[in-house]
Amino acid sequence: MYAQMVDTGLKKVVDATEATPEERAFQARVDADVKVEPKDWMPEAYRRTLVRQIQQHAHSEIVGMLPEGNWVTRAPSLKRKAILMAKIQDEGGHGLYLYSAAETLGVSRDDLIDDLHAGRSKYSSIFNYPTLNWADIGAIGWLVDGAAIMNQIPLCRCSYGPYARAMVRICKEESFHQRQGYDIMLAMCRGTPEQKAMAQDSLDRWWWPSLMMFGPSDAESVHSAQSMRWKIKLLSNDELRQRFVDQTVPQAEFLGLKVPDPELRWNDERGHYDVGTIDWKEFQEVLRGHGPCNRDRIRTRTKAWEDGEWVREAAVAHARKRAERAARAAA
Amino acid sequence: MTSEWPLWEVFIRSQHGLAHKHAGSLHAPDAEMAVRNARDVYTRRNEGVSIWVVRSSDVVASSPGDREALFDPAQSKVYRHPTFFPMPDEVKHI
Repeated sequence: MYAQMVDTGLKKVVDATEATPEERAFQARVDADVKVEPKDWMPEAYRRTLVRQIQQHAHSEIVGMLPEGNWVTRAPSLKRKAILMAKIQDEGGHGLYLYSAAETLGVSRDDLIDDLHAGRSKYSSIFNYPTLNWADIGAIGWLVDGAAIMNQIPLCRCSYGPYARAMVRICKEESFHQRQGYDIMLAMCRGTPEQKAMAQDSLDRWWWPSLMMFGPSDAESVHSAQSMRWKIKLLSNDELRQRFVDQTVPQAEFLGLKVPDPELRWNDERGHYDVGTIDWKEFQEVLRGHGPCNRDRIRTRTKAWEDGEWVREAAVAHARKRAERAARAAA
Repeated sequence: MTSEWPLWEVFIRSQHGLAHKHAGSLHAPDAEMAVRNARDVYTRRNEGVSIWVVRSSDVVASSPGDREALFDPAQSKVYRHPTFFPMPDEVKHI
């Protein structure tokens, strides 16, 4: 999940008896699955929460390019390199779709990017972990993109039209990401014992952070309850995490890899896997900026933005010059 | 900080001769760059054979408040649909 623990700014779920007539009419339309479009009236808290959520989601896409970029020059073959570059380009595209969706809510992209660089806005905890060996590129596609798909498929039905439409495009492309990741894992697990050990090492490091991506249990969260009423969150964190575990464990077994959780076992009664305890302290630390790569990620992002400034300026100057020349020629 | 590049709406014609369809929006300094960026952002997987870009500020849209006035009148005119006219089973090719 790319947007984690999104704050609604509310202390409690909006009660129908206290809601204004506009708010009630809005909720009735959401309940009837009518999409909310940019020019429609919407509660201010809905708008702000969506900006926060879509913004976090967009930031995660573009920060997610960085751990993968680390391996472009080190990919083991030209084929793998071309595939990796295509995936990274997709992530950039996903960021753009999402920033556009956020902009329909009356914010500017430059302000959103500024929020990211200044640390006012979060991105997914997962991208603060390093990519230490080539198998990590496989594990990211398989696990991280797999977890993202789990969250994004329901969001294709979310109440806000531009966000839902961006999600449809993104989901179509994500499944390439997940498959190419699993394909890397397959190749390594069918390779030499050293390659298989690299794949296992990678799973050992990415498993728990991947489960943390869904966020802590939100059964008691006011923000999640409100977001669910607004249909900008469709399933609970625990529900999504369970689905992810249930689908991923057999995939790990097929690879002949061991999921690094001694308490993991199939529960016949529930029809689901039981998992061990997640270290939420680690998650909170990473969110607070103390993960292995937080500072490095923001530094790299900021540098790319600042280094590109002259290009953005030059493009504007060129466009202005051409427009003036065309105006003079027409006069 | 430099001024932000203007926003453009992107329309893509897919194969098989369908009309251009709204794909999304993007920022670009001018029309030429908007087409190039649209190609990278919206047609990475053979989605299109032609691209239109329009400045977002040039789009004129109907207002949500006019929805009833604009669209409700069509609801009472069911005779505009072929299904309004039941045809006898014996009559073919119509």
